[in-house]
Amino acid sequence: MEAVAQQIPLEHFLVLSAILFSIGVYGVLTRRNAVLIIMSVELMLNAASINMVAFAAYTSPAAFTGIIFAIFIITIAAAEVGLALAIILRIFRNRGTANVDEVNALKW
Amino acid sequence: MTVAQGIFYLIAALAVAGGLGVVLARNTVYAALFLILALLAVAGIYILLASEFLALVQVLIYAGAITVLLLFALMLTRVGDLEETMVGAQWPLAVVASILLVGLLITTIATSDWPGDADGMITRIPFETLGEALFRQWAVPFEIASLVLLIALVGAIVLARDEEGDVEEAE
Repeated sequence: MEAVAQQIPLEHFLVLSAILFSIGVYGVLTRRNAVLIIMSVELMLNAASINMVAFAAYTSPAAFTGIIFAIFIITIAAAEVGLALAIILRIFRNRGTANVDEVNALKW
Repeated sequence: MTVAQGIFYLIAALAVAGGLGVVLARNTVYAALFLILALLAVAGIYILLASEFLALVQVLIYAGAITVLLLFALMLTRVGDLEETMVGAQWPLAVVASILLVGLLITTIATSDWPGDADGMITRIPFETLGEALFRQWAVPFEIASLVLLIALVGAIVLARDEEGDVEEAE
């Protein structure tokens, strides 16, 4: 395991994370189904977690704060998905759609 | 190319393929299955970075629990207009935006000088050290996170169940 850092520079992990994040952004911008938007948000959260863990491993191995951060990110993501899906179910029951463009009751 | 590099590029390719599958698949269930692929690949990245605990949590919570939850939501919100909700009309703009974003990020990463590359060692954090840090140094954030989870789940139950009060009022 110790040899990994000499063979793979930190930048490789950062570029992978940037690509995954941009894919997530594309998904959030194009998908109109609320559940699929949540999936793209999960991709973006994972990209951020890769950054955290890579920085923890490369720049401050003794403190490993990044790993603790990633654990909290996963916890909050679980809470977020549970709550978001409850809201989507409620919207679906009231309005019969999961299309975010049709949920425009607050729009003038 | 060394073995570690080969493994990294394989896992990275799997993660990117899974991510592209999530945003491009025409079938919602396929998108969820591609999400599992991407999440498992990210777990592989965690193992390459010597964080086994995170990889375990990723497989159990993300690839297991959260994806099942998403599949349930997909099942419960099956509607006729599913096909037309897959891709919005502004997708060319979204392509431009995300390509600009990835270009900007990669240029920044390539031109920045990152610290900590000198010794080139990744230390493995044992489970005991991680647990002790989580329950001593990070005890307050940990308790707040558990409170957030509790409130979110109670809120989810309250939101998702049928309100009996409404039915009585209707009668």
